[in-house]
This record gives sequence, structure tokens and C-alpha cells, in this order.
Amino acid sequence: MDLDFTAAEDAFRAEARDWLAARVPSVPLPSLETAEGFAAHREWEGTLFADRWSVVSWPEQFGGRGCSLLEWLIFEEEYYRAGAPGRVSQNGINLLAPTLFEYGTAEQRARILPSMASGEVIWAQAWSEPEAGSDLASLRSVAVRTVGGWRIGGQKTWSSRAAFADRAFGLFRSDPDADRPHRGLTYLMFPLDADGVTVRPIGRLDGKPAFAEVFLDDVFVPDEDVVGEPGQGWRVAMSTSGNERGLTLRSPGRFTAAADRLASLWHSTTDPGSGGTALGDRVADAVIGARAYQLFTYAHASRIVAGGSIGAESSLNKIFWSELDIALHETALDLLGPCGELSDEATEAPEHGSWAEGYTFSLAGPIYAGTNEIQRDIIAERLLGLPKGRR
Amino acid sequence: MRFLLDDEQREFARTLDGMLASAGTPGVVRAWASGDHGPGRALWARLAEAGVFALAVPDEHEGVGMLPVELAVAFGELGRHAVPGPLAETVAAGALLGRLGGDTAHGWLPQLASGKAVVSLCVLSPGGSPYALDADAADALFVVDGDTVRLADSHGPVQPSADPARRQARPLGGVVFAQGPAVTAAAAYAADAAALATAAQALGLGRALLERTVEYVRQRTQFGVAVGSFQAVKHRLADTLIALEFAQPLVYAAALALAADDTAAGREVAAAKLSACEAAYGAARTALQLHGAVGYTEEPDLSLWIRKARPLRTAWGTPAVCRARVLAGGAVW
Repeated sequence: MDLDFTAAEDAFRAEARDWLAARVPSVPLPSLETAEGFAAHREWEGTLFADRWSVVSWPEQFGGRGCSLLEWLIFEEEYYRAGAPGRVSQNGINLLAPTLFEYGTAEQRARILPSMASGEVIWAQAWSEPEAGSDLASLRSVAVRTVGGWRIGGQKTWSSRAAFADRAFGLFRSDPDADRPHRGLTYLMFPLDADGVTVRPIGRLDGKPAFAEVFLDDVFVPDEDVVGEPGQGWRVAMSTSGNERGLTLRSPGRFTAAADRLASLWHSTTDPGSGGTALGDRVADAVIGARAYQLFTYAHASRIVAGGSIGAESSLNKIFWSELDIALHETALDLLGPCGELSDEATEAPEHGSWAEGYTFSLAGPIYAGTNEIQRDIIAERLLGLPKGRR
Repeated sequence: MRFLLDDEQREFARTLDGMLASAGTPGVVRAWASGDHGPGRALWARLAEAGVFALAVPDEHEGVGMLPVELAVAFGELGRHAVPGPLAETVAAGALLGRLGGDTAHGWLPQLASGKAVVSLCVLSPGGSPYALDADAADALFVVDGDTVRLADSHGPVQPSADPARRQARPLGGVVFAQGPAVTAAAAYAADAAALATAAQALGLGRALLERTVEYVRQRTQFGVAVGSFQAVKHRLADTLIALEFAQPLVYAAALALAADDTAAGREVAAAKLSACEAAYGAARTALQLHGAVGYTEEPDLSLWIRKARPLRTAWGTPAVCRARVLAGGAVW
């Protein structure tokens, strides 16, 4: 058992650190949930891609570096430590790309991945519907067979980044007669500017159009944009949810960097002699939580490298990081005192509004990617073996 | 990096688990609580035979240590089975004497490794405990006081603890056998080793409480269904598992830091101690709540586990002390 990095890994870390030190904007980009910020973040994706830092774990042929899981974790630690911009491409990179690597065709990978890596095409997810949130398998949007492809219709909603993104991916009911709700679904990709697509931005709590409703009226999707087999969409969408996606959705680097910033904030705002305050306790707990999440992830990565898999244990991750993220930001806002209420748009917001922006973003954590209530059900039923009951 | 136990370490855990599962530890605990140390001493000898105490004793004194990772593995099993006795204190004594060396170390360490001697230890410090655990059961009682260490002559009256298997007493008298900065340094190392052992013990305790509670809510029926099918019950158990699962890697990281004599070891140990003991205490509260009135009664063996969680939380580093150590370490881990 060890926590050691190899010389090559240390060298990789140093290379990433040097590159980031030279390139990360000294003033944060505008919020990626605004039109202006979205464009700036897209441009940043291009900067990352130009030196092959946008998708380090992908094979070189698609713009990556073929990095190991551990190297990816190292990169993420350095990325967030450097205060680098949020990743506007994250839905494509974290959700669609792993699915394409597992179920996509060679043609799809060659066509889709390089432009995803460069930020030229930004992807949005289109899972939820007004009547299908946690109970995703009850979704009603349809895909009807036609010559050379499918015609899709219905309504998707709460689609992150869809207000400004180029393309989207999601699940559609292609066989209304299937015997179970999660059967008869097909995984499709479509352009958000296609004929019949209407995107209506939705303001999140702070008013920024962080997501959107997507109305689909008889939109044509060619066969080449079906991922996996028609009718197998549920399996295709869920296959990567447990294993690597559970580990890579939110890397520990985000939280160790935020915890370091929080500890610095505490040290700079608190008289060291006053020690043992309630806020100090919360800072300590956040610092420990970030370390715990980092170590938990190292253990998971070690298991994957040793040939193991993760599965339902990714639900433990999801609850832990989402609650940690809120605790971190709440503590920071409390340390900032009366100035903590300033929004990230306030010109005098502390630390360029990064705590305010991060706090708003953190509030969504327990909801997206499967609510924490659903995750607790999964933990109880699949990890602890408790009987299924009414939700 | 391979942040996983190896096959040998896993096998060690399985061996101890198997041995302890058939050792009737609830009976041993009840005897120990009544002041009858016989069954506990017999179990102590078997643990020594399995190599547990040698892990805390250096090679040159007939041990194999100090091996913090293996100690964490072993103490997880000791906690899981609620083994009584001055376990963390024995590790601390091994660490202290191993660092100090000299005649006292030469005399006691081989006996400690072989299980012939049960020893206890206390570190007198502001805010620390004035008591030595199970002093009445110990063959030797070491007392660190400032930069001195002595072997106590005797102990004061036994003070019962919230955990009946823990019996506390003040050390009395004794002659100082070492003094100076070396004692201070060795005592700090010993306290870290004891905190690590306590953290691992607490995690094992918490896991046992969770397992028993899961088993109970699966078979306990109310309103015509297993109470474990209720979401409120499930979610509380899920949270208990999360706390335990995220404390575990902190415990192993602390063990690695202690093994490497890392300068950050104190901070890692504090983080592990806090998280593991909070997780175990949370598990005890969950076990009590979900067993309902049954959990509040003394007769079921569950009570032996439930009552241990709170004292472990304050032994060898209260939550406040642990948090202060984490914060004192600076921003970057």
C-alpha cells in the first residue's frame, strides 16, 4: 500500500503546472452560464486543446495524451489549483465521450470527438423531461422510425448549457409497446439548431440561463447519430454511470483546491489566537472532507487499475462531493461576513465573486446526476442489501 | 501508487476476524467489565500469538514493527469484535519505549510483543486524560508527564466509564526513568500511534454496528413490512455507510504517513481520528435509533458496541484537538 507517484507522474504534474501557470487567465472569465462567458470559455477550450490539455485521458488520435487514470487525477489537481476556468465542454467530455468509447462506432468517434475536444462543438445533455426527473425511465419524448433515421418529438428540460450549446444527446422512446419503461429507449444525438428544435433558456436561481427547455417537433435524426443499438438506450446511457463516470464526474482536484482556498481565507480573516471557533471547526471539516474524497478516489483508481470495477459505489461519491461542495462554499460565505451576500456580478465581490458563483453552482449538486435521495436508495438497496420499498 | 491493502494484509484481517468471531468476545467483555480479567488475558495471549502486539514493537526488541498499516488492519478487527483492554495504550507504550530504548525498553518490550505483559500508558497534559485505561489489569503502567516518563507504583480507585469495558484509574507514584526532549518527541509519536489505533478500532466498531443494524432492519417487521424498506431508515443507514467509507482511506493514509515518519503525519492522524470516531459514533446513534427500544437495553450484546463509540471519540485526541491540529497544518495538505 502506498500513495507515491512515479518520477514520470511527477514530471507530468510539473509540465501541467508550468503550462497552466503560463496560460490561466489572471482574472476569471465571465460566468460560463452567460452568452459572453460561454464564448470565452469555448475559446479557453481551444487554448487547452491546442497544447493537448483538454482531454488528457483520451487517445492521442482524438486530441488526448492517452493518460492513465492517475495522471488524469494529477492533471485535475493542478488544473483547479491553478484556478483555471470551469469546463464548458464537461457534459460532452464526461457523459457522451465515455459512452462513445464504449458503444460508438469508429466513424462516430472520428467525427465527434475531435471537435468536442477543441470546443468547436459544445454538447448539452437532454435527459430530463417535465414529467421525468428522478424517474427518468418514464420519459415520453419519442423517436419514430423513418427512412434513413428517426423523427423525434417531445420536450426535454433542465438541459445544462443547452441555452448556448451546439448539439445535444439524450434518450427517446422508440418502442412504446415495450414491456418495461426502461426498455424500448434509443440514445440519439441531434443539433440544437436543426429544423423543428426550439430552445428556451431557463434562468437558474441567480437568473443566469444555465439550462434550457428543448422543444422537439418532428426533428430528423440520421441513423449515424444513434449511439448503440436502437432499443438499448437505457443500457447505453447507464453503462458508464457506475464505473469511470462515477469517478470522473467531479474530480477531487476541484475540492482540494477549494479547501486550500478556504483554509487561506480562514487564516487571512481569523485571529490565530481565537482558535476553536465554530467557523474554524467547519473549515477543518471541509479540509478533511476534501482530503478524504481525494484519498477515496485514489483507492478507487487503484482498484480500477488492479482490474476491479466500481458500480453502485459511485453513489457514495456523488453524495459525498455534492454535500462537501455546499459545506465548503457556505463556510466561505460565512467567513466573508456581510460581503458574502454580494453576487458574482458585483464589482466589489470578494475574490472576483468566485465563492458566490461556486455557491450557486454547488446548490445544484445534490440534484443533478441523480438526486441524492435516489443515490441513498441505491446505496441502501445495492450496497447494504435492504429491501426495495416505495420511494 | 497502489492505495490498496495487499493480499497478505487482507489475509491477516480475515484470520483475526475468524479467530475473534469464534472467541465469544461478548462474554469476554462482560467479564472484563466486572473486573474478571481472566478471559480477556487469554484472548490477549491469542492476539499476541497472531502477531498483533509485535506490530508495535521494534525488531531489536523481539517485535516486527512499528508497522502502522498492519496495526490499522488489526485494530479494525479488534474494534469490529469489541475486544476489551488497553489496546491503543499498548501500541503507545510500544512506540514510546521503542523510540526511547534503554533498560526499561529492553525489559518490557519483548513481554509486550509476546502478550505476556498487558501494559497501559497515560500522557498527562493540559486538556488530556488524567487516567490510565484498565490500570487495574495492567502489569506495567507508564506515565508521561511533561518531558519525563515514569513507571507508576500503583493506581487510584477504578472509575467506571460509560463503556463498562473501559475502567479508568489515576496512576500513582513511580520513579522517572527518562527525561528530556527525547521523551517529548517519543511521547508525541506514541500519542499519534495510539490515535491511529483508536481511529482504526472505531472504524471496525462502526462497521460492526452498521452490519448488525442492517441485519436487524431486514428482519424487524412493522406495519406488515420490513422496517428496512422505509426510506427514512434506508437513508440513515446510507449516510452511516458514507461516513465510514470516507473515513477508511484517511486511516490508511495516516498509517502510511506514520510509517514514513512524515512531517505531515500528525495532521493526517488527526484527520483520521476525527473522521473515524465521528463515523463510528454516528453508527452507534443510528444503531440505537433503528433498533428502537431494543437498542436502549443493556442485555443484548449490541449495547457493548454502542457504548464504546462515545469514549473512543474523546480518547487520544478529542474532536476539538484534532480539528485544531488539522488547521495548524497550513493550507496545502
